[in-house]
Amino acid sequence: MITRKDSVILDVVTRIMVPFIQIFAFYVIFHGHYSPGGGFQGGALLAGSVLLQRIVLGRDRSLPGFPVKWGVPFGVIGVLLFFGTGLLAQVMGGNFLQYDALPFPMDEVWLRNTGILLVEIGVAFAVMGTLIAIFDELSGAGEEA
Amino acid sequence: MIAEVVSNILLLSGVAFSLLGSVGVIRLPDFYTRAHAATKPDTLGLILVMVGLAVRQGVDINSAKLLLIVAIVAMANPAGAHALGRSAIRTGLQPWLKREKP
Repeated sequence: MITRKDSVILDVVTRIMVPFIQIFAFYVIFHGHYSPGGGFQGGALLAGSVLLQRIVLGRDRSLPGFPVKWGVPFGVIGVLLFFGTGLLAQVMGGNFLQYDALPFPMDEVWLRNTGILLVEIGVAFAVMGTLIAIFDELSGAGEEA
Repeated sequence: MIAEVVSNILLLSGVAFSLLGSVGVIRLPDFYTRAHAATKPDTLGLILVMVGLAVRQGVDINSAKLLLIVAIVAMANPAGAHALGRSAIRTGLQPWLKREKP
């Protein structure tokens, strides 16, 4: 009888691939200023690595890595990070998302770099949390867990 | 010179394999044969194209990246095909046999 958890090939390949996918996702996030990529793509890759474990490894082994109840909080934290960066610049006297008005002790170039990085990390968290929450809601992963 | 000839041969054969795979996806009769045609020649074609480009590039960080792509694709693409065929046979899709003429 063929059951869901029988395929050793998929198991091993998933466990090999997931760290590489996540490293590549962080590469895409952190190099988004000056190469193709950015927060959305990196967040989608992070979500893909978690969803691959959800699909292949099954509920028992994937839920400890990223529980169902983390999906929506990740999305909220991402949105708050994005909006907080923009609002902090506005509070300190600039426009919304005007990075050189951020109150960090750096010169202007690094200030822009850090601001863009914060915004992209926020976008990545929001996309990752939202995609995983949508998948869990549709597949019913959290119903009897 | 020799590297260029070898690289051209590898690139052309890789493109030919990819083309044959595309023809197979359109021409073959059912899911299993199409999955076969969509994954196996495509993987070999991509590997040949990447190795051809690496030969053209020489020993370099860029050719190392191309070989890394080869390693990842050679692992991920057959695993995806395996997952497709496995879930198809598990949900009861019957393979096409020659005696049941459609």
